[in-house]
Amino acid sequence: MNKSGLIQVVSEKANLTKKKAEEVIDIVFGTMSQALINGERIELRGIGSFVVKNYDPYIGRNPKTGERIQVPSKKLPFFKVGKELREKVDH
Amino acid sequence: MALTKERIITQVYEKAGLSKVKSREAVEILLEIIKDTLASGDNVLISGFGKFIVRSKGPRRGRNPQTQETLELKARKVVVFKTSGVLRNKINAQK
Repeated sequence: MNKSGLIQVVSEKANLTKKKAEEVIDIVFGTMSQALINGERIELRGIGSFVVKNYDPYIGRNPKTGERIQVPSKKLPFFKVGKELREKVDH
Repeated sequence: MALTKERIITQVYEKAGLSKVKSREAVEILLEIIKDTLASGDNVLISGFGKFIVRSKGPRRGRNPQTQETLELKARKVVVFKTSGVLRNKINAQK
């Protein structure tokens, strides 16, 4: 399921035009993206939580050539699945 | 302070020109569809944000570290999230 699939189903179930449904979806994920950019965590009951983790720099290796490369420190969102979703998926 | 569903609903209300009730309904429906899709074993891809992937884990032998007892852990399905490159770059551009 991709964004156009979500737009389709949200517009049907929420009785919105496709344009409005798309707007809603863009606002929801735009708000979530902005929170992560600001380093803020997200907590969605039933779905899970997102935290931005800091990864220290390390010396990596190109697995093909064996060449050593310096990997700079980076930030990545980490998603922890919530109880309800975890149980729904593993049935 | 963490971003919660309430604040997302408020954003939809302020920006999409929908009533508070309708904004709440739309957000709840969206989250419900995402959950149901993952529960059915399908992935959810949101361009510019990331993808939620359902991954099957094989059975494995585990051990209770306290009692040293070995136990069989059954095959299970888990959800993993992979951040889109676009969002990852935006997060790392922030100083």
